[in-house]
Amino acid sequence: MTETIKHHLTDTLLTAYAAGNLPEAFNLMVATHLSLCDSCRAQAEALEAVGGCLLAECGTEAMAADALEATFARISTGTAVPARRRNACSVLPQPLRDYVGGDVSAIRWKPVGMGVRQAILPTSSAASARLLFIPAGAAVPDHGHRGVELTMVLQGAFSDEVDRFTRGDVEVADEELEHMPVADPGEDCICLAVTDAPLRFNSWIPRLVQPFLRI
Amino acid sequence: MCKDASEGKHLDRKQDGARAENDWSGHLGRIVEAQDRAAFAELFAHFAPRVKSFLMRSGASPTLAEDCAQEVMATVWNKSHLYDPTRATVSTWIFTIARNRRIDALRKDRRPEPEDLPWGPEPEPPVADVMAMQQETEMLRVAIRALPDAQRELIEQAYFGDLSHREIAARTGLPLGTIKSRIRLALDRLRHAMK
Ligand SMILES: [Zn+2]
Repeated sequence: MTETIKHHLTDTLLTAYAAGNLPEAFNLMVATHLSLCDSCRAQAEALEAVGGCLLAECGTEAMAADALEATFARISTGTAVPARRRNACSVLPQPLRDYVGGDVSAIRWKPVGMGVRQAILPTSSAASARLLFIPAGAAVPDHGHRGVELTMVLQGAFSDEVDRFTRGDVEVADEELEHMPVADPGEDCICLAVTDAPLRFNSWIPRLVQPFLRI
Repeated sequence: MCKDASEGKHLDRKQDGARAENDWSGHLGRIVEAQDRAAFAELFAHFAPRVKSFLMRSGASPTLAEDCAQEVMATVWNKSHLYDPTRATVSTWIFTIARNRRIDALRKDRRPEPEDLPWGPEPEPPVADVMAMQQETEMLRVAIRALPDAQRELIEQAYFGDLSHREIAARTGLPLGTIKSRIRLALDRLRHAMK
């Protein structure tokens, strides 16, 4: 399954993830991709080893005298943490299901025109995340980007000027890329998109919808 | 045959060296199997002051760092059954817990985590793989130490949570490739075990 992924996360992104420096929306993108991609997961865990080495060498600060006792008290009131196992037949990996409150059927879509729908996910304002629904065979109108936008396919596939993207593939678009993704004809396409430019509803939505109105 | 045996010996010596300094995985094993409080106390004495230092260098006040370090160590106990010694040393694993706690405490962001593999850590991970991970992490540590000061400081700033340095790329020539390959093999083996 994981071998079919051709378009991966960048090392810069994985390093920032390993170091714990990503805004929530990008963290969600990385966690979702790693749930599907062992190659990037291995790279991220290797980068975490850098953190492990730094922790081993970062010096010490004395703990309070009763710290061990206090920690045992915390342990006795806590519970063992269960593993977050994947649900093999779901479209949304677990990190996304946590935000949506379920699988695809639980997504609360809002139409943005011509059958394209989106659902904004609640993240901190430093960056934003949304799910996109593109009907089979439909195009998302040409749109520019403010800042960096990452789009990952969760169901179906889309193609644009760059390549064809299937489940797990991530397209990294910067401000230069003007593209028009077209969903494969066979299946509706669902994507996760994150951007470091906060969504400005008043400007972004007209920008997306305008080309349709002109048709 | 002969060649194999001599290579094996060589490996053993190297492993002993690495083991003396970083093998804490046995302590976690004792916590999982026997809820061994003495093993935890030793782990705590070594790691809690480092976690506290890491959190203070990330901008936490001493009071917050103390509280978070205790929380991190309690999580170490509660998650000990999820630790996989073929994919990370104990230092690395505790770093990820401390990093996550830092994001919760200092940034107050939610912090989505990837889902766990369908098959948890193996009950008896191959000893050679555990050793190899420790050795290679030790080599990484040596390599980080050997970096020019400016470069090492940049990496420290990125990992200790200075947000102005989030753009760092790990193109520093650090020996990450072998560690990545090992983790990849461990992941493949776990996926295979599930089938
Ligand atoms: Zn990947």
